[in-house]
Amino acid sequence: MEIITTLINGLSIGGIYAMIALGYTMVYGIAKMLNFAHGDIIMVGGYTIYVFMNMTGHPLIAVAVAVVFCVLLGITIEKVAYKPLRGASPLAVLITAIGVSYLLQSLAQIVFGSAPKMVKIADMGVLKIGSLKIQNYTLLTLACSIVVMIALTLFVKFTKIGRAMLATSEDKAATQLMGIDVNNVITVTFAIGSALAALAGLFYLLKAPSISNTFGSMPGIKAFTAAVIGGIGSIPGAMLGGILLGIVECISYKIPAIAAYTDAIEFLILIVILLVKPTGILGKRRSEKV
Amino acid sequence: MSLKNKSLKYYYSTIIVAAFGLLSVILSMTIGLEKSTIYLLEKIVIAVILAVSLNLVVGFLGELSLGHAGFMCVGAYLGGKFAVIISSSLGNSALTLILSMLVGGTVAALCGILIGLPALRLKGDYLAIVTLGFGEIVKSIFQNTSRESFGGALGLETPRYNKDELFIYAFAVLIITLLVVQNLMNSKHGRAITSIRDNEIAARATGINVTKYKLMAFIISSFFAGVAGVLYSFSNYNIQSSKFGYNYSIEILVMVVLGGIGSINGSIIAATLITFINTEFATILTGNLAVLQNLLYAIILIVIVIYGNSPALSAFREKYDIKKLFDKFKKRDPSIIKEDKANWNNIPTKIPMDELLSVDVSNNDQNLDFDETDKGGK
Repeated sequence: MEIITTLINGLSIGGIYAMIALGYTMVYGIAKMLNFAHGDIIMVGGYTIYVFMNMTGHPLIAVAVAVVFCVLLGITIEKVAYKPLRGASPLAVLITAIGVSYLLQSLAQIVFGSAPKMVKIADMGVLKIGSLKIQNYTLLTLACSIVVMIALTLFVKFTKIGRAMLATSEDKAATQLMGIDVNNVITVTFAIGSALAALAGLFYLLKAPSISNTFGSMPGIKAFTAAVIGGIGSIPGAMLGGILLGIVECISYKIPAIAAYTDAIEFLILIVILLVKPTGILGKRRSEKV
Repeated sequence: MSLKNKSLKYYYSTIIVAAFGLLSVILSMTIGLEKSTIYLLEKIVIAVILAVSLNLVVGFLGELSLGHAGFMCVGAYLGGKFAVIISSSLGNSALTLILSMLVGGTVAALCGILIGLPALRLKGDYLAIVTLGFGEIVKSIFQNTSRESFGGALGLETPRYNKDELFIYAFAVLIITLLVVQNLMNSKHGRAITSIRDNEIAARATGINVTKYKLMAFIISSFFAGVAGVLYSFSNYNIQSSKFGYNYSIEILVMVVLGGIGSINGSIIAATLITFINTEFATILTGNLAVLQNLLYAIILIVIVIYGNSPALSAFREKYDIKKLFDKFKKRDPSIIKEDKANWNNIPTKIPMDELLSVDVSNNDQNLDFDETDKGGK
């Protein structure tokens, strides 16, 4: 019984990681940059939910506003901070991304203070099957992440802009030659990634209803680990990596001896994967032309 | 390392720092400096050592390392613990300080090897995350230790060193750091390291041992970060692992970027400025306004990096290039290359050119018959 609960919890957390990892992997595959600020967009989404829950008290309105706000924020960050540096050295882009992340964290701290805030969204109750007790928000998270993953896969395969995204990640120059506006594609990528980040923020808040200005940095780094495990640049890879990481994390929490070192274990997994198979499980090998 | 061909201008900043240090020592011995001033000086020295060592990896090697605070943490804890252990026998003397610095620096350098080895295989983005992870792992390890070993959540108590003497030693360590880093960068090793930054594949193709130089940069950088950590632990009587997190690494990165990536003088100035502003403003702005300076640093970071690296702004940069403005100001035509002080007449070579050039090749009575080959055993 414990195993099933752990597994379901693991899948649910894995779903959240998969959603965040999708944002990382899409941006890396298409714009060839690591968006360090992605984790902080989760934090911004969470704070937006907090503000609108306090204002209206309707969870659905709060979530909808949060998603829209995060999408706009993601697009703005891309236009202001990342677009001027297209073609610049990767070190400069990385430092700028760190700057944006730091900016978001400081802004949140100025506006909301550094003390954690309580965000009570909804009490969803517990599902009981025999002796099995599953929290309903776990099931909701799981269901939503499955829906999102299926929707994204269909989007990327069957819509015009989705296929444009795939094409841009393979060869940006050739895509431009085909007459596709790559700027548009990158904007849509950031928009989808940020929307998913906002949803991930919602699910985190359902699980642990307290938010502070470093709310998003740990999930962001863990989701990056998930994206790397699955193969960065590959959408199915992000999903696989997220689920795997979620299961590993839940198993690790259940073992009391190593529970406190769960974060360190996940970093170690990252380092080991990067040394042993840097392209990840489903990643493609990129050869460097001289 | 011969000093014959190195002009003194390379060492201007070291000399200025040494002069400043001497001045403060004299002031402290004659009229006596306030405790807060001495503390500020110690903080500045530690910040400069950290900024210069990070510049070695970020600026000269071209790899982004976000775990610099982690090296400092390792050095601080291990050096501090070592000092606590041996101060029972050696007391609070200079020997304790020097030995602790060596121990802290060495352990941090070993961690530097630990980070340098993945760096050999990882590209920039991944290495940044790995170093970030390293910093967090170190922080959480020291936070979860027991009270007896490393103090755990309450922090480690370090021996109380004589404040007036500590900052003299800090300045001495700073001068040593500057000399080492500047000499390294002006030697063939430094040129190899910057060549790796500029084009790693070309460097490899030219025969430069990339592994050796990447490891060298990481080891030296983390050694000095560890030494700075030991100084920090002696300067503060209680060190908390929470201080050595991601935010501190970012602060050091801001110092490096603000001073100019790849410029040692720039990091000295920027580290001094930022530490000074931090300390002064901490007393003026309290609570949430103190966060305003974090925001400011983030904005400065973004603006400087975008302005300095954006391809779209290159025309704008050309117009307002500081060096060109300087040349115009001094009414100097930049196309005239300044006379180099290398003595072109006195360069020792092994080829006696005068003798060679005096050979008369128009002489035709040499036997230059090449048709008759020398068949062996004829």
